[in-house]
Amino acid sequence: MTNQSPILAVADLSVDLGGRSILRDVSFDLYPGQLCALIGENGAGKTTLLRTLLGLITQRAGTVLIGAAPAREHRELVGYVPQKINFDPDLPLRTRDLVRLGLDGQRLGLPFFNGRTRHVVDQALQAVGAEDFADQRVGELSGGQQQRAVIAHALVRKPRLLILDEPLANLDFGSANALVDLLGRLIVQQQMTVLVTAHDMNPLIPVMDRLVYLVDGRAATGTVAEVVQAEVLSKLYGYPVSVLHHGGRILVLPDAPENADVANMNRCAGHGV
Amino acid sequence: MFAFLSSQPVQTALIVGSCAALVSALIGVFTVLRGNAFAGHALADVSSAGGAASFLWGISPLLGFLGMAWIAAFGMEFLGVRKARERDLATGIVLGAGLGLSALFLYLDVTTTSTTGAAVSVMFGSLFAISQGLIWPAILAVLAVFLLVGLFYRPLILTAVDPDLATLRGVSPRWMGLLQLLVLGLAVAVCALAIGAVLATALLIGPAGAAIRLSRRPAQAIFWAMMIALTAVWSGIWMAYESYYWFSGNAWPVSFFVVVLIFLFYLLAMFGSSWQHKYRRRGITSLRRLQEP
Repeated sequence: MTNQSPILAVADLSVDLGGRSILRDVSFDLYPGQLCALIGENGAGKTTLLRTLLGLITQRAGTVLIGAAPAREHRELVGYVPQKINFDPDLPLRTRDLVRLGLDGQRLGLPFFNGRTRHVVDQALQAVGAEDFADQRVGELSGGQQQRAVIAHALVRKPRLLILDEPLANLDFGSANALVDLLGRLIVQQQMTVLVTAHDMNPLIPVMDRLVYLVDGRAATGTVAEVVQAEVLSKLYGYPVSVLHHGGRILVLPDAPENADVANMNRCAGHGV
Repeated sequence: MFAFLSSQPVQTALIVGSCAALVSALIGVFTVLRGNAFAGHALADVSSAGGAASFLWGISPLLGFLGMAWIAAFGMEFLGVRKARERDLATGIVLGAGLGLSALFLYLDVTTTSTTGAAVSVMFGSLFAISQGLIWPAILAVLAVFLLVGLFYRPLILTAVDPDLATLRGVSPRWMGLLQLLVLGLAVAVCALAIGAVLATALLIGPAGAAIRLSRRPAQAIFWAMMIALTAVWSGIWMAYESYYWFSGNAWPVSFFVVVLIFLFYLLAMFGSSWQHKYRRRGITSLRRLQEP
């Protein structure tokens, strides 16, 4: 796999927003066919990192290369699924229409019927298992179905890299598992590379090849075994943490209070990472 | 019943009214989709200042309405529209300033010109009193709106669905927002001319709001909005004409009938869509039952 060139190469990336430093010296590579999870608490900089990769934010230092070219020049290689779109239940837009907008939403003129376009849209709907609700209004779908619809919208142009922002948040366990299966399938069937953010790594462990663990804008990257170790994460958090394994699940916890200061404890508490 | 069609003011009213119905239905759907109904209402209200000024300076009322609506559109865009709350704030501030101007111009109309009824016809419209010379400008405005919306149809819908998705497809939400406000200004001007600046909102939002509840595709929503708006305007014109006989020589204003009909259509659509939901859900479950072995 390493003899291929990376689809995404991030090197020494630093980003400031409103005078505040959000990301510091983040580096990682992503190779075709991999699934990379970007793990971190709220406010760790996950969304900022994604928006920088998409060229929506300009970095202070460092480089982002997509397919060996600067991010902005290769937007068409990237499909993006934002965290949550609030579709009004009355929005007169079928799932199929939303997917078609992913294909030709930037074009001028009216969207006349076109057999080839319809075929490409059907393929994208099929890839995410959305055929059953293709002709329903997007606003009437469940959260999990809406997410599939938006993924189909991102997939329809056949991007090489699919980026999803917190796709597992707001989903029940069943829908979350189904989504993880879907991501695994996309990688195999569509030769896709996937970058997905989450605050909990556990649901993604079965399908994840690499991990970028973000704490306060700094990152540790590698495989799960390389990154999720007490020494690596303690250094990243700046205070001692333990890594507990139980039945294939992983829990990262700060060490007992006498070893860590209370303020840091509170920040870490309640996040199942 | 069709004798009224031979009257020349009725013919003008039908043409200008149809222009207003078509253009407001089209733009209305995008305005409602984007959650921009308040901005639409504000543009219409503020355009009244232009209508009032046109009496004062002797220019075409259509140009007056349009000029003021565009100034207001730029004002709102300039004052900041990033967050929904800021957008409402900017809209409200422009609305207040515009109506103040309107008050001044209407006052000057009454005190310095011999115009009578300027206030009523600017604010609430007088479709039977529109001069024939405004027919072609109104038709041109409608063509311009259809051309622009037809050209930017997909980017406008994509922006209405989600600005971030639009940006990633290379569509600038900022430019689309400005385009929409400019086209909205054209629509508002034709509507204000037909049924008055204050009531233009009804034609802009009502048919679109009703149609959206009944449709599953944007094009379908636009079609039904046009049908509802045309029906309301044509029936309103007919009823106002006939009301001369109903109320022994005191004809009621067209605008009143149009607005009441739109309101009724909206209520019908509301009940219709909740009935449709119930029916559809039942339809799906009974279908499942059939498919089970």
